[in-house]
Amino acid sequence: MDIKAYIGLSILLFSIGIIGVLIRRNAIIIFMCIELMLNSVNLLLVAFSKMHALGIAHGSPSLASDAQVFVFFIMVVAAAEVSVGLAIIVMMYRNVHSVDINFLNRLKN
Amino acid sequence: MLGTYITFPELLIWFPLVAGIFSFLIKKDDSVKTWALFASIITLCISLGSFFYTNDINASNVSYEWLTSLGSSFAVGLDGMGRLLTFLTAIAFPIIFVATYNNKYKNAKAFYGLMLLSQAGLMGVFCAMDALLFYFFWELALIPVYFLCSRWGGEKRIQATFKFFVYTFAGSLLMLIGIIYVYQHTSVRIEESGFHSFRISDFLAVQLNMQQQSWLFWLFFVAFAIKMPIFPFHTWQPDTYEQAPTSTTMVLSGIMVKMGLFAVLRWLLPLFPLAVARWDNIVIGLSVFGMIYASLIAIKQDNLKRLVAYSSIAHIGLMCAAIFTRSDTGLQGVMIQMFSHGINIIGLWIVIELLEKQTGVRKISELGGVAHKAPALTILLLVIALANIALPLTNAFVGEFMMFSSLFKYNVWFATAAGVSIILAAVYTLNMVQKVFYGNTNAVTENVKDINLSQTVILSVIVVIIFVTGLFPQPIFDLTKDTVTSLLLRFG
Amino acid sequence: MSNVLESVWVIPIFPLVGFIVTGLMRNYLPKHLAAFIACSSIFLSFLASAYVFYIVKDVTSNPAAIHYFDFINTGALHIGFDFKIDHLTSVFLLIITGVGFLIHLYSTAYMSEEQENDYAKYFSYLNLFVFFMLLLVMGGNYLIMFIGWEGVGLCSYLLIGYWFTNNNYNNAAKKAFIMNRIGDLGFLLALFWLIAKVGSVDFATVNAGIAKLSTFDVTGITILFFVGATGKSAQIPLYTWLPDAMAGPTPVSALIHAATMVTAGIYMIVRSNVLFSLAPITMEIIAVIGLLTALLAATIAIYQNDIKKVLAYSTVSQLGYMFLALGVGAFSSGVFHVMTHAFFKALLFLAAGSVIHAMSGEQDITKMGGLRKKIPVTYITFLLGVLAIAGFPFTSGFISKDEILLNVYNHNKLYFYLAVIGAVMTAFYMFRLLFLTFFGGFRGTHEQEHHLHESPKAMTIPLIILAVLSVIGGLVQLPHVFGGHPYFSEFLNPVVKTVEHTDPKLAMKEYVLLIGTIIGLAVVYFFTKKNYAVNKYEGEYHGFKKVLANKWYVDEMYDAIVVKPLLAVGTFFKNVVEKSGIDGFVNGIGKAVNYSSRQVRLLQSGQVGAYVLLMVIGILILFIVQLFL
Repeated sequence: MDIKAYIGLSILLFSIGIIGVLIRRNAIIIFMCIELMLNSVNLLLVAFSKMHALGIAHGSPSLASDAQVFVFFIMVVAAAEVSVGLAIIVMMYRNVHSVDINFLNRLKN
Repeated sequence: MLGTYITFPELLIWFPLVAGIFSFLIKKDDSVKTWALFASIITLCISLGSFFYTNDINASNVSYEWLTSLGSSFAVGLDGMGRLLTFLTAIAFPIIFVATYNNKYKNAKAFYGLMLLSQAGLMGVFCAMDALLFYFFWELALIPVYFLCSRWGGEKRIQATFKFFVYTFAGSLLMLIGIIYVYQHTSVRIEESGFHSFRISDFLAVQLNMQQQSWLFWLFFVAFAIKMPIFPFHTWQPDTYEQAPTSTTMVLSGIMVKMGLFAVLRWLLPLFPLAVARWDNIVIGLSVFGMIYASLIAIKQDNLKRLVAYSSIAHIGLMCAAIFTRSDTGLQGVMIQMFSHGINIIGLWIVIELLEKQTGVRKISELGGVAHKAPALTILLLVIALANIALPLTNAFVGEFMMFSSLFKYNVWFATAAGVSIILAAVYTLNMVQKVFYGNTNAVTENVKDINLSQTVILSVIVVIIFVTGLFPQPIFDLTKDTVTSLLLRFG
Repeated sequence: MSNVLESVWVIPIFPLVGFIVTGLMRNYLPKHLAAFIACSSIFLSFLASAYVFYIVKDVTSNPAAIHYFDFINTGALHIGFDFKIDHLTSVFLLIITGVGFLIHLYSTAYMSEEQENDYAKYFSYLNLFVFFMLLLVMGGNYLIMFIGWEGVGLCSYLLIGYWFTNNNYNNAAKKAFIMNRIGDLGFLLALFWLIAKVGSVDFATVNAGIAKLSTFDVTGITILFFVGATGKSAQIPLYTWLPDAMAGPTPVSALIHAATMVTAGIYMIVRSNVLFSLAPITMEIIAVIGLLTALLAATIAIYQNDIKKVLAYSTVSQLGYMFLALGVGAFSSGVFHVMTHAFFKALLFLAAGSVIHAMSGEQDITKMGGLRKKIPVTYITFLLGVLAIAGFPFTSGFISKDEILLNVYNHNKLYFYLAVIGAVMTAFYMFRLLFLTFFGGFRGTHEQEHHLHESPKAMTIPLIILAVLSVIGGLVQLPHVFGGHPYFSEFLNPVVKTVEHTDPKLAMKEYVLLIGTIIGLAVVYFFTKKNYAVNKYEGEYHGFKKVLANKWYVDEMYDAIVVKPLLAVGTFFKNVVEKSGIDGFVNGIGKAVNYSSRQVRLLQSGQVGAYVLLMVIGILILFIVQLFL
């Protein structure tokens, strides 16, 4: 398949993620949007890795595998992030009974 | 044994440092006070001991490995100037501790611990033969003072300490930049560390052109000028002197300002001879203007502590000007005057402290007639005050005479203008003596008592030092002769 | 012989020991013991000085300095702690210790009402003064001289402010010290100049190295030295401290402010006579300043009502004569006048002290009168003093002043006539003082009249000795015309080359002066007797007399020209430059940082959404920069 399709899908997913982060106020949805962005990057990485494996980087297989290793890293980091982030959101909810980020402007002080 | 395992400069640094750390561990207030006094007397003995050994033991740059990978080592040594100033440091602390022995401090162990740490830092500054080490001790001497001022100071202590901190720290950073720049230009010591070197001998070997020297000169000079202080970098000083606890003020004015002068002599002058020759008239001009400026302000001061602070600015101005005349006479004058000024101003602070303790007042206009109630204090103060205005046969006269003489040779008009400050000094000092000690007693001074035995003894010690160095200054000249000669060699 | 001279250090040591003992033990010493220690220390010095005089008398050359130890010995500067004993020094030694001893003796009675520790303090200061004065005249180089020079200034300060509860006295003391400091700056600058050019402050080295000095150098150095002298010896423009210095006890005025300290300037110039001889411009300045001071002070003295103030201005005026003598090159005449002046002015002050003592502290001559019968010894001695200072023929004052006048006549006739006018004024104010005090009717209160008494022996004996000296002391320099011989100037010859008078008309001039003096004195006598030997005296002056009585308003002028502007500059520095300027700048930096951070802080809204938006915008900008720029 043409690489352009993957790129397009990634752009689409990433844009949805960004727009979601910017316009939604629910912390959980923002969180999901961030995950979406991460995954769009993962998708792109995998797509390029495949492309390189088939094409120009024939002589050096590491170029192909590096990207895939990166994907695993990102997934691990994302999982860690989720566990911390969700815990924060849960604590937030317990304290203020809301996950609306605009309600949480106490960072100011 | 001495010289093989441990040398005087090391002892002078390590002993107060260890003693200071140890004081933090003592629980009882009284015993920590005694401990601090005891430790400072031991330090004094060590310092006295250093006079009896040959130059070789002291001056040999004792090096431990310190920050080898940076090319810095724990290199310390004592030359004549170093020995004079470490002696001043060593004698000042027992005097301060005895004079303020009756004071009660909250959290005394921290107070005395910090005082001793600051002493260690001062010793380090006067002994360091390595630029990074010098910088390290410079800060080690200052940081305890910040804490001392901010925790035990007067009402506006936070404000004053903040100003003091910002001023001195800004200066220190400029100096650090300068040190690093010179460091980058030292030759790489391949066989030892593979890095540049901070050692003073390597610093002195650096060849810099006029422009580089000029930049570095001002970086260093501002740092030292703030510490001395020289007009217009002086405004931290009256505030800090006023707000700091008096014993800290004594350390600050008696010894720490000498750090600035010492640093100019040890680092600035030999490192950048071209720039010194280029900018000396600006520096001397600033110093001389500062002398008159500070003296005139001192005349209008009603606050005893601020008066002494401004008087000190005027005296330091003369020393700084004399340093930059770069003559044998001037430098020797600076040497003896650094010592004398330290002794005299500590004496003045002791008297002011005694007065303030008894009356609770430091306004000149509110005092009067103390001479009726405390004749012994008055006589001792009078001698110290006369030394402050450099009357012959007191210690300050010799130094001021030589410094003025050197300044006159450098430029007649600078000397004449600076000479006006001799007259002004008489005006403000005698004004102070008259208003505080003479005249009739008033409600404030009605119940003043004369000083007790230990205070009499300590002030008498100061007075004796004043007369002895005033009449026989020659040993001090002999002591610092080598330092001065080698300094002048840098200027050919 | 030289061995003997080497132990001259004992001369200043006696008073120093006296000072230390009486000073440290002041709380324990009974009065008579303190007085005994103080007086005997000076007397021992006097004996030693007399012995030195006896030795020096036979020395014809100029003895070398005696080196004790190195005071300052560095690479470029070598100053020893040296003494130099020559003929000039020995004359001053005798004056200082001799008159000093008499005044110490007088003080034992004069100060007897003081408390014990104050009494001892007084004597310790007085001893210290003698010590410094001896140091001044014995110093073998200018630095040692300067030590004494400043030291006597200090003692003067301490003794003027001896009654320290009175703030006016303290102000007078402070004024004296500061005025002297102004002069001292001149002295110091002269020393620095010498060090810069000759490299030494030794008398001998300077005199030997005089060739290294250009005319400009010599003129500059000597003018600066003279500035120093105007401070210490109360000449225009620095004379105003001396009349105020009368705040001190009267014996102090006699010792310090009449006989010894104020003549230090003359000593210094005579000591440097080699330098001064090479500077004709300076010599002219000295002569003019001396003459002007003599006249100005004399005019002021005429309308003063305070007995001590009259004598103070008289001292200023007489010092002016001494400088006039130096200025015209008659160094030995100047020194001679120092000596005779020490006799009669000390006498006048001590007699005035005796009057004040008798009058229970009253110093205002308008409230005295008719005292001659009540206190006859004081009266007679005072009268002899007045005659001496007025220049009654063959008294010491006549001989010394005539010698000065003759020298001035040879130098410049205008100066001479002005100096004669000054001499007439001297006679005038002294006779006025005499008549107001001792003649006419008593104008004080009954209580004072009741208390009037002659002073005790300890006071009258010094008066009598000084009176005798005032009358006959001049005979050592009696001119040939009157059958005498100038022993005094011959004695000083090794130090100061005296000008030989080969003027054929000299004898005639001497006679003219003698006759002129007699006529002048007679006129002044009758005029003043008529006006001032009265029962009632107003003491209020109007018009020009008021200007004179108010001392030409010089103090007020100095205040307006120097003191007030300086203080104003001080206030300006303190309040404007320091607070608003430097501190304003430093604090301004702090404030600017504070202000800007407060503004920037508003960006931190705390809205997570806003942060994210900013982040995205930031990333976008980075992209755009990366891609398109």
